[in-house]
Amino acid sequence: MFEDLRDLYQDVIMDHGRKPRHGRRLEVFDAQAKGDNPMCGDRVTVFIRSDNGTVADLGFEARGCAISIASADLMAEAVIGRTPDEIASLAQRFAAMAKSGTATDPDLQPLRALGGVAEYPSRVKCATLPWAALTAALAAQPGVATSE
Amino acid sequence: MNAITRPAFDIARIRADFPILSEKIRGKDFVFLDSGASAQKPVVVMEAMLHAMQHQYANVHRGLHWMSERTTEAYEEVRDSIARLLNAGDRSEIVITHSSTEAFNLVAHSFGRGVLKPGQAVVVSEMEHHANLVPWQMLKDAHGIELRIAPITDAGELDMTGLEALLLDGRVGLVSITHMSNVLGTYTPVERIIQLAHQYGAKVMLDGSQAVVHRRVDVQALDIDFYAFTGHKLYGPTGIGALYGKRALLEQMPPFMGGGDMIGSVSYQHSTWAAVPHKFEAGTPAILEGIGLTAAIKYVEAIGYDAIAAHEQALTEHALARLGAIEGVTVIGRAQDRGGVISFTLDRAHAHDVATLLDRNGIAVRAGHHCAEPLMRRLGLDSTARASFGLYTTREEIDALADTLLRIREFFQ
Repeated sequence: MFEDLRDLYQDVIMDHGRKPRHGRRLEVFDAQAKGDNPMCGDRVTVFIRSDNGTVADLGFEARGCAISIASADLMAEAVIGRTPDEIASLAQRFAAMAKSGTATDPDLQPLRALGGVAEYPSRVKCATLPWAALTAALAAQPGVATSE
Repeated sequence: MNAITRPAFDIARIRADFPILSEKIRGKDFVFLDSGASAQKPVVVMEAMLHAMQHQYANVHRGLHWMSERTTEAYEEVRDSIARLLNAGDRSEIVITHSSTEAFNLVAHSFGRGVLKPGQAVVVSEMEHHANLVPWQMLKDAHGIELRIAPITDAGELDMTGLEALLLDGRVGLVSITHMSNVLGTYTPVERIIQLAHQYGAKVMLDGSQAVVHRRVDVQALDIDFYAFTGHKLYGPTGIGALYGKRALLEQMPPFMGGGDMIGSVSYQHSTWAAVPHKFEAGTPAILEGIGLTAAIKYVEAIGYDAIAAHEQALTEHALARLGAIEGVTVIGRAQDRGGVISFTLDRAHAHDVATLLDRNGIAVRAGHHCAEPLMRRLGLDSTARASFGLYTTREEIDALADTLLRIREFFQ
């Protein structure tokens, strides 16, 4: 019955959604930002520690669905070691993939599993919320970010 | 045995009245368990609106021509239909609004600012839809009206002792409470609420958005002061709802919005108001929607509340039994008197994931805070999934929900 569900709820999403590797507040961090989708209730706070112009570590605290938590965790793996400019570009390409469901870009390979949300327009914002929070943290933007 | 018994409630015939129910979703049967958000429409509603557009349409209440007069007659029938549905004493006690939300804003504005005095209080309960909370918060800030929140029990029932405690000082001018919770399915004991509130000199407004779909409402027998409901949950179109108000109260209240249709006469500096209920109905009304709502009300009346209530009660019991038997599923709320709106959670799975997985199998439920964020917090939850039933819901659809939840549970183990 759920064979096709693997499109969205692939093992990688279920795994990162239930056991996120980076789901913790960093002990030392130099930027943080909150993301909140009040209509659906997903919430995430992203913490980053920078070193030599790159993101050296990223942790997050989240309450939300498997998609938003898996997305935050895969995001952490994808951005550690990158510069803010590279991350901004990746965030844009990720948002495009979440909407279209297609990606040929090699940088997006580790995030591909989340392309499945494209078939569920109401769930795209779950995948992009952590990225909105990360973008806000890097820009030292005040207030709370949202992807709704 | 040759006796022919006419089935009291022919579900197959009823479902045939709702063409959308035979749609396929991703190749699967469409199992619509989200009627509490908005109900599907029977063919008679569509035909009434189409007929009006094809044969009988002009603006109402103003044209002196034949078409306007006929359209006015057809539109105004909705006021009689609503008065009959609620057993109002007089058609002038029915104000046509665009939604329940507008009805609450109307009362918060016109009764709240026009009749209540600063220092008085309004009571709502912990299980209100935002529509019956936010307008009172706005009134509180603008007019110095205190807002008091009546507690609910952990079973999801109104705490009557807690309500009485809020009324004791005699400062409460209005108790505004849901007739049926859109999250917990709880029916509130409206008879006792009204007696109690009246004993302390408070008026009572009820949110009937959910209840009027499932139960007969008699505003006179219950001595209700204000009753609000919306058309689209009652198998009618969106964009139309109603406020019942006792005539003596409506007459004390200043208008809500200004504009055409609500005036007596207008000069550049001053206007006088039309009589009740028209002084609350500014602008061209939802004409086609009114005609559609009349058809919906007649449809519900033809089936009858007794048959609807019996069918839905059986469904609710079946659903509670099936969901209750699934390990890891928690039904939220255990009210004694409850109807076919059932919120639940599944261990280790977020409500949105549950809803997406159900949708994958063609099953439509709502997930989230159901426009009742404070209630969610009161219950210690972020969100729930909610299955809600209509007169066309079947036992098989509830089985499909339960069977699919069993699979989803495996998925999240």
